[in-house]
Amino acid sequence: MLELFAATLITLGTVFFIAGTVGLLRFPDIYCRLHALTKADGLGLALVALGVALLAATPGAALRIALIWFFIAVSSATCGHLIARHARLAEGGRHD
Amino acid sequence: MTDPLVIFDLLLALAIVALAVAALSVRDLYAMIVVFVIFGLLSALAWVRLSAPDVALAEAAIGTGVTGALLLKTLHHLRFASGQRSVSMTPTIPVPTGVMLANAAFCGLITLGLAVAFLGAPSAGPGFDTLVAESMPASGVDHPVTGVLLNFRAYDTLMEVVVLLAAVVAVWQIERGLSDAPAPEMGEVWQGFARLALPAIVVVGTYLLWVGAEAPGGAFQGGAVLAAVGLLLLLTRAYVPQPHHRGIARGAFVLGTGVFALVALLVAGGGRVAFEYPLDHAKTLILLIEGMVTISIAVTLAALFHGREPVALRMEDRHDT
Repeated sequence: MLELFAATLITLGTVFFIAGTVGLLRFPDIYCRLHALTKADGLGLALVALGVALLAATPGAALRIALIWFFIAVSSATCGHLIARHARLAEGGRHD
Repeated sequence: MTDPLVIFDLLLALAIVALAVAALSVRDLYAMIVVFVIFGLLSALAWVRLSAPDVALAEAAIGTGVTGALLLKTLHHLRFASGQRSVSMTPTIPVPTGVMLANAAFCGLITLGLAVAFLGAPSAGPGFDTLVAESMPASGVDHPVTGVLLNFRAYDTLMEVVVLLAAVVAVWQIERGLSDAPAPEMGEVWQGFARLALPAIVVVGTYLLWVGAEAPGGAFQGGAVLAAVGLLLLLTRAYVPQPHHRGIARGAFVLGTGVFALVALLVAGGGRVAFEYPLDHAKTLILLIEGMVTISIAVTLAALFHGREPVALRMEDRHDT
């Protein structure tokens, strides 16, 4: 039962990753692509991490997965911001 | 019955080869670096599939993380030096034919050597697994890879540390002073991220070093992660290398090699073979060596990222302070 639930979560997470990838390939400009990528990957990763944490043998392993999720989420959000910021500055646009 | 993971492995192998071809054939240097980083990440995944998590960690941390950062830093420098946004593969000054031929010959020799080693290796043999497993109680640690790297084949590991030392010595000989290329402006969000990530990286790096005695991890992986602290400090300009810090840096560069060699010599002096640690102190000695080597690796990689010896220039020669 738990395994089934975890598998469902991981599958749902994968769907978000695929949606993010399709968005990255299909959207017209860098900001739309970033939007697709960061949103979809954020949720996708959270679902996959939750699914894997349910299958983790020990609470320590689950805690490590939670930490990994937290730091990947923070760094991917920062990366998204940096790329968007760089693109805007390169366009010679307004400085925020 | 076929393991469904075989399909995954085949796809992974194909993707790695395709990425290697793409990295060599793409003409834009930035795209090349991006492809190289993805190639490294998939290689790390391949090492996981080959049940070699130690190599996977090293590949991800050093082969992808630190090398990617070094390549991007070099590209930043090249872009500034050439004044162009996209730097092409084609060098502005043609490479002499002799150099190209020599490089081709060396690459060919390495490929040939690898082929000979691969074909000459006994296929489907038992390997050294049993030998290592039998000798593990004598190594002082519980993780076979650490046992092999720091005890049974410690001489090879010492040489790897020496290679890093030689690299940083060479870089400091070639490049001195201050960088001409202005530091990239990264904004406040990034500064906040660095403040959050820095302590976490220190903990992760130290954990990787400590856990190396009984699980995948160790000096090279921990050192590479700790080097990321140096990269963050240099990029946020929280730390700017000063000429009078060179003594400390030099000490940190040679610390690993020095302690490693000293332990080997002291052990050899006690009527044993070099690296034949006394069993009672084996774990302590291995942890001491690994700790010092980790510091050296971290400082050396960070110094390589900075890429130049900080020397005092005359005030009128300063471009940025």
